[in-house]
Amino acid sequence: MSKRIDVKDLNVYYGNFLAVEGVNINIEAKSVTAFIGPSGCGKSTFLRTLNRMHEVLPGARVEGEVLLDGDNLYGPGVDPVTVRTQVGMVFQRPNPFPTMSIRDNVLAGVKLNNKKISKGEADALVEKSLRGANLWNEVKDRLEKPGSGLSGGQQQRLCIARAIAVEPQVILMDEPCSALDPISTLAVEDLINELKDQYTVVIVTHNMQQAARVSDRTAFFNIAGTGKPGKLIEFADTTTIFNNPAQKATEDYVSGRFG
Amino acid sequence: MTLTAPVTRKRSALTKGQLPGYAPYVVLAVALVLGAAILALIGFNVLSWGVVSAILFTVGLVSWSGAVEGARKAKDKLATCLVVGAFLVALLPLVSVIWTVLVNGIPGIITPGFLGTSMNGITGTLDNKSVDEGTRVLGGVYHALLGTVQITLLATVISVPVGLLTAIYLVEYGNDRPLARAITFFVDVMTGIPSIVAGLFAAAFFFALVGPGTKTGAVAAVALSVLMIPVVVRSSEEMLKIVPNELREASYALGVRKWRTILKVVIPTAISGIASGVTLAIARVIGETAPILVTAGFATSINNNVFGGWMASLPTFIYTQILNPTSPSNPGPSDQRAWGAALVLIILVMLLNLAARLIARIFAPKAGR
Repeated sequence: MSKRIDVKDLNVYYGNFLAVEGVNINIEAKSVTAFIGPSGCGKSTFLRTLNRMHEVLPGARVEGEVLLDGDNLYGPGVDPVTVRTQVGMVFQRPNPFPTMSIRDNVLAGVKLNNKKISKGEADALVEKSLRGANLWNEVKDRLEKPGSGLSGGQQQRLCIARAIAVEPQVILMDEPCSALDPISTLAVEDLINELKDQYTVVIVTHNMQQAARVSDRTAFFNIAGTGKPGKLIEFADTTTIFNNPAQKATEDYVSGRFG
Repeated sequence: MTLTAPVTRKRSALTKGQLPGYAPYVVLAVALVLGAAILALIGFNVLSWGVVSAILFTVGLVSWSGAVEGARKAKDKLATCLVVGAFLVALLPLVSVIWTVLVNGIPGIITPGFLGTSMNGITGTLDNKSVDEGTRVLGGVYHALLGTVQITLLATVISVPVGLLTAIYLVEYGNDRPLARAITFFVDVMTGIPSIVAGLFAAAFFFALVGPGTKTGAVAAVALSVLMIPVVVRSSEEMLKIVPNELREASYALGVRKWRTILKVVIPTAISGIASGVTLAIARVIGETAPILVTAGFATSINNNVFGGWMASLPTFIYTQILNPTSPSNPGPSDQRAWGAALVLIILVMLLNLAARLIARIFAPKAGR
């Protein structure tokens, strides 16, 4: 239950501004891929093109191809809603729906789409998703309480549970730990390691140790200067990127000699 | 190793002089006495006593504080006095209005039958008789209360869908398009329409549509809607705007369509604000007089049909009772009924405001653990 992603010559625009230029990348199924790079280099922008969340912003558009197991996400007649059911996303700040209980938050993907689901199936799905997000033991006694009452780390894992409840092929994570403390971060990282068995995971992170800990392959993005487009500089196994990078810029960045 | 002896001082180096806790009360008492003395020379009245005492209090407290505590504290005291003074000035008319209406309205409202009967068959002769013989004032506001409730309810039924859908268009689909900007502009213009113009518009509209002289509760409801829609649009728009974009994105990322996201995530998140905004919009139009005068006319008897016949409402009831007393030679009973109706109207508005708070609390996202 996971698919690979192949990106060919992707340019990403905000209106007429070229934000990311010429990305070619192949993301293997059932692997963790990390995007690292300085702020504003287009990592998050590029990540959002992988499930067509980019075009939610006014004036945003892309050129090029993103193939999900060979199917072009940006082909004519492709419904972005279908894409997003296959490619889920977890955001930087935990954003559980404040009007819903913990249980309803997990079921949001099902309920908001008005799919009929029996109570037994719903209970099973809630337990499976919360177990999958390592949250079940902490919340099993208060499923009817509001999701916004949880701690930040628990909320983020709730958001992950919500994302995996719709059973996507790929999970995108946009700096999922940047608002969390080290213990919650550890919980989420452990979770990413487990998710890898079933899903293709793509994670954007500012934390290079995190990239080194959780990812199989790492992509380094960089930007030549303000107003210039971000580019994919190097994409290789994580150990290669951190120990033996081919590009000088990558080496400068991962060793902290950036700029 | 030397031990430094603890420094012995009478006062801490970290404090300055301080006014005693009873200082404001002393200054207030002196100011009141002094104010009374000054006014005794030029003629006493309560309002100027209050004003003069307030000025004396401010001057006294600030200069005392300046002498003892220093300039910074004195400025602080001055600012406090000004803020409290502004608050009292703002509160004065409100308290005065409520007091006047209570004093004048209670005799009317406690008269048996006031809330349960209409003005049907109440003539000047009956009023004269009740004044001459000292019996209770006959007649009541039931028809007007009924009319107000029906007209306002119909106006709400018209305005809320139009207003809410407009707000949704502006926030979720508008994207600063020319149409959205035009709507925003015209909503702003509509907010400033004098209520009598809204009444004339509705009257003229129905004259053209149904026939000259059409005056029903429904025409009044349309007139009130013209006043209500911009308020509903504005308040709902603000409420929808403060729903965090992250929630919309979270919903999109789950593969939920835009209209479902709006219906099931955005509106439920904003519903408490929208509901209280609607209630306040109702409170805003429920006391309108002019548009109802030209659209629903006056009635003295009960009319249950909002779509046919003239209809009374509380504001027009008050207006006619004061301007054309039922018995021109003895306006007392009419005055009493008018004040009673005013009290009923204020209570109605107050209940609506309470309802708004209750609604906001019920719908608010819960944050328990």
